[in-house]
Amino acid sequence: MHRPGMLSIWFFIGVLLLAYGVLILGAGIYELSSPPEHPVVLFELHAGIWWGILLLAIGAVYTVRFRPGRNG
Amino acid sequence: MQAITFLPPTPALFFQDTSSRLLRLSPVDLVIIILYFIAVLSIGFYLKKYTKTGEDFFLAGREMTAWVAGLSFLAANLGSLELMGWAGNAYQYGILAAHWYWVGAIPAMVFLAIVMIPFYYISKTHSVPGYLKLRFGEPARALSAVSFGLMTVLMSGINMYAMAVVLKVVLGWDIYFSIWVSSITVALYVVLGGLLSAIFNEVLQFVLIWLGALLISIIGLIEAGGWSGMVARIHTNFPTQDFTHLWSTLGSFQDNPMGINWVGIVFGLGAVISMGYWTTDFLVVQRVISAKDLRSAKLAPLIGAAFKMCVPFIVILPGLLGLAMLDTPGHHFLVAGDVATEALAHGQVLHSYDEVLPIMLARYCGPGLMGLGITALIAGFMSGMAGNVSAFATVWTYDIYRAMFRKNASDAHYVTMGRWCTIGGVLVSIGTAYLALHSHSIMDYVQELFSFFIAPLFGTVLLGMLWKRATGPGGFWGLLAGTLSAIGMWAWVKNVPSAVQYIALSADAKPMAENMFRALWSAMTCVLVTVVVSLLTKPKPDSELVGLVYGCTEIPSEGHLPLWQRPIFWAGVVMGVFVILQIIFW
Repeated sequence: MHRPGMLSIWFFIGVLLLAYGVLILGAGIYELSSPPEHPVVLFELHAGIWWGILLLAIGAVYTVRFRPGRNG
Repeated sequence: MQAITFLPPTPALFFQDTSSRLLRLSPVDLVIIILYFIAVLSIGFYLKKYTKTGEDFFLAGREMTAWVAGLSFLAANLGSLELMGWAGNAYQYGILAAHWYWVGAIPAMVFLAIVMIPFYYISKTHSVPGYLKLRFGEPARALSAVSFGLMTVLMSGINMYAMAVVLKVVLGWDIYFSIWVSSITVALYVVLGGLLSAIFNEVLQFVLIWLGALLISIIGLIEAGGWSGMVARIHTNFPTQDFTHLWSTLGSFQDNPMGINWVGIVFGLGAVISMGYWTTDFLVVQRVISAKDLRSAKLAPLIGAAFKMCVPFIVILPGLLGLAMLDTPGHHFLVAGDVATEALAHGQVLHSYDEVLPIMLARYCGPGLMGLGITALIAGFMSGMAGNVSAFATVWTYDIYRAMFRKNASDAHYVTMGRWCTIGGVLVSIGTAYLALHSHSIMDYVQELFSFFIAPLFGTVLLGMLWKRATGPGGFWGLLAGTLSAIGMWAWVKNVPSAVQYIALSADAKPMAENMFRALWSAMTCVLVTVVVSLLTKPKPDSELVGLVYGCTEIPSEGHLPLWQRPIFWAGVVMGVFVILQIIFW
């Protein structure tokens, strides 16, 4: 929906995914440097790193694309 | 048949200790969950200034794009029962559970988009009971509004209870703390921004549900060796049972673990329960009629249908992966809910079918991903609850309060009433959640509610839209007869269990089959009574049916649009993919 001055829902989603991407990627890198005592199944895939990068990328695209002051 | 025994949980399956809780959150997981709560509340506070009129609060200003309305339409349905319950059912019944996502949803969503939406949208009704008022008069509206309000608060409470149980089992959180924190959060953002806030948050929640749950299926398939590897493992674990075929085991009640046949699935689920839910349950219809124009309103359910077809990938597949990766030959790792409860009373910790999704989450997801997965579950619970609460506020304010108690108040008065009603609805839901604490079988309870209220309502709305000879008395008495017949059949089987052979046409029918057949008979009763009473009473002139009934309503043509912009084209695409899926998994 478009109302003058209203932020798009996709901007909120972008910001949250960006924050999640940073957190999950950070946790994944930390686990890589300090492997846990009881790793999850298929730990060697380092899913946290790849998923964190994915969230970071999606979040960044949506945050920029729907940032305030730019019509989505 | 091969004997199946149940194994106690093996701590080595998880990465955490042996306490009764499944998961242990790290600080980063907690930050992710807290950020989610901050985000949904911030959206509520932000949208408050855009929610001033009744149209804003109850119908989001009728300004939603097809994508926002479509994703919200689907997210409102993705509640706790959907995520946890159907993953558990997939573990218990195999791929048969996917029927509730495919034949039990897709044809109905397409039917809503192409056949029914024009009447909801052109009549400018604010609710489904509001449509019945225009078509059949006040008595039919009053009956449907009261039954919908009752069903909605009961469903909301059950949704809330299911969430609290999960958070208790999975994280060890206090059940009452979970109920109050989550319900206060939902109440706050719906009170502040009404349907606008509910829809915005539902789109956010939809994205989080997918991103949080998708990884379980991806890593699970890698571990199992792909789809064929997973199927081979399931067949090795349970060589005498078929968990991986959708239709080929539905020839008779005895051939499949669900105890149902194709008649119950096609006619009870596909033609009545599903059609009734997706086309007349105001919880979902409200999202669609908030669209900015008729074409967007028609596209919204089709977008929802396209994503609905994919939901089994994040709900059903984890259940199947549980059968393949958690179980061992002849042994189920998880047990029925009542078995787990009884074991706990004797100090033994067993996990129930419904916990398969968090168990798979614990299996594959480390710090950070775990928080995202739990956030996905909480988002599912909240979207379902907000959907119920916002729909309840609209029906109560417009179809009960304004219709019966205060007809001519100002718009601002009704918005204030909507806000108070949201708080009241949440409080009543908390009460029903406490009631659900003492319920043994939540899923059966939900299906019973659907057969009581949704199945006959579908018969009434369908005849109202497609048969101009249907009259006001016919609509009212048909709806009443359908509802009472469903309650009567339920009471009959409750008191005389052997009566199930007459209701479900087989003494072997399980409760799910009974629910499907009860819904079928109650809808047929509704249609029969509506037709008979209508033929005995005076019809409305055509001039009073304009915008309400097929044959009296001019539907705007879409012939000038390119093919790819027409809803009917996308309806064909969705149905084509749906048929292909049935053949692949036959």
